[in-house]
Amino acid sequence: MKLTMQATKQGNLLLTGLATLIAGLLLTACKPGGGQAGRTAIIQNKGSDTMVNVAQAWAEEYKKVKPEVDVEVSGGGTGVGIAALIKGTIDIANASRDMKPEEIEQAKRNTGKEPKLTVAGYDALAIYVHKDNPLNEITLEQIAQIYAEGGTITKWSDLGVTIPGAANDTIVRVSRQSSSGTYEFLREHVLNKKDFKLGSRDMNGSKEVVELVGSTPTAIGYSGMGYATPAVKMLKVKKSAQEPAYEPTIANTLAKTYPIARALELYTLGEPEGAVKDYINWILSDAGQKVVEQAGFVPLPPERRTRPGS
Amino acid sequence: MESNSTSPNLAVRKAARPGWALAGERTLEILIHLCGISAILFVLGIFFFVFKEAFPVLGHEKFSLSQFLFSQEWYPTSEVNKRYGVLAMIAGTFSVTALAMVLAVPFGIGGAIYISEFCGAKTKETLKIVVELLAAIPSVVWGFIGLTVMSRLIVKYTGAPVGVNVLNGGIILALMSVPIIVSIGEDALKAVPDSFREAGIALGATRWQLIWRVLLPAAKNGLLAAVLLGVARAVGETMAVLMATGHAVHIPHSLLDSVRTLTANIAAELGEAPVGSDHYRVLFLTGVLLFLITFVVNLAADFMVRGIRKK
Repeated sequence: MKLTMQATKQGNLLLTGLATLIAGLLLTACKPGGGQAGRTAIIQNKGSDTMVNVAQAWAEEYKKVKPEVDVEVSGGGTGVGIAALIKGTIDIANASRDMKPEEIEQAKRNTGKEPKLTVAGYDALAIYVHKDNPLNEITLEQIAQIYAEGGTITKWSDLGVTIPGAANDTIVRVSRQSSSGTYEFLREHVLNKKDFKLGSRDMNGSKEVVELVGSTPTAIGYSGMGYATPAVKMLKVKKSAQEPAYEPTIANTLAKTYPIARALELYTLGEPEGAVKDYINWILSDAGQKVVEQAGFVPLPPERRTRPGS
Repeated sequence: MESNSTSPNLAVRKAARPGWALAGERTLEILIHLCGISAILFVLGIFFFVFKEAFPVLGHEKFSLSQFLFSQEWYPTSEVNKRYGVLAMIAGTFSVTALAMVLAVPFGIGGAIYISEFCGAKTKETLKIVVELLAAIPSVVWGFIGLTVMSRLIVKYTGAPVGVNVLNGGIILALMSVPIIVSIGEDALKAVPDSFREAGIALGATRWQLIWRVLLPAAKNGLLAAVLLGVARAVGETMAVLMATGHAVHIPHSLLDSVRTLTANIAAELGEAPVGSDHYRVLFLTGVLLFLITFVVNLAADFMVRGIRKK
């Protein structure tokens, strides 16, 4: 008997809750009708986790310039952004790798429009280790031997270093989930399209990689240069053992001496128009490029800014 | 609640009621009937949908079911050789769930016994509210605790190279299932009639004997249901294990190895898999596999309950 009473009480509570919810929904549904309709534009922006910080910073800055435009930013990985662009559910896809020919084909078939690329900045793909790691340089071949399937480097002693204070010599590989553009970029340009070794810790974001490396003395990871923290160290990278090693800096990225740099890409369906075009033009302006630099990436020098429609 | 043994009385009442009341009652009856059936419809519908999405890949020449079940090579986006083996993730799911249950069942049942049998009325109310609050913490918050707080503690006290591993995921899942086991287990114990307790005490049983020989056997079905719901929560949990287990495709050899679970893999990869591709269908097949696992667990429990009843 007590049980049934409790149930009715809960039922009443539920009903009240529902009623409030419905009332709330009705109220919010009425709001846009209040004369504002048509004045706000919403830009849907999704994709690369590498770019999610800078994309959010763009959106916030742009709000100050044009308060009537809402830019909605979400991450998920380059693959997620491109998949959404192919479906036609977003306006701009952020990508940290180029779209593949079959993806461009799919987008054309689905939406009838050709994806258009705008480069919004550059990023050096930094190789991170713990700050106490004595290693300073690494070659592309060594990175491939650490990460690729069949690679022979599994211990720090294979690289000629011992980690101070660590009982374990095994390299803890930190990687990204397979929807990440960074993951595909590394596979394409460093592992020569070979697969990753199984058993790496696949993190769901650029920031998580750096966090895990920062808290693990025997870890190595890769992520955008903008995510560096005091707990980690970025390695100098060289193409081969004979060549000089370069730090992932703005100057080295623009001079193309740092071997694993890539573009921060914005894809739209067809030539951008209206609010989206204004937004992309603003990103390419000095104000937008200042945001790129503040987020830790490499801004475009004025002569490399290709505005849409020009 | 009223007994309906007095049928002539009922007939009189029925005749005396107006037509609209009878019609209203009929509609209500039908509505409630539909509510009851809807659960079955939903389960069948979901199973049908998941299986329909997964089915085409079974006939694909590049896909083999034995590779899917017995290979640990998971390379869904490879450019040279795509391989879909989920053995490592099955091992991951089982290891994390088993550890969670080893930790959660004693604490959960113990907590339920304490709340139902030992503590005073005031403590009881407070404890129940706090336990329910614990159950209401969103799983992503648990995952966050695993990733930040717990992983540091594990590195500090076990010397493991990485703090996100089976141990971390198991503890987090245990913490998530304990409140469920406690609150349902406590209900099961409360449902044992007081006459059982009185009879036990009258026979001179100590408290321990009373619990062990009278209450636990009497409440076993409810307690088993509590444990099963705990297992279900642990098997089905996604976000927390995604963050706390390290998400590495690897068959664990110790508690300090990182693993990936079936659920976390679906959550992490379904968003990017192109609709209709092999990768997409294999992920749905993983869903079917999860379905079968929970089905077998439920069935086993059902048989266990029947077995207990027969004795």
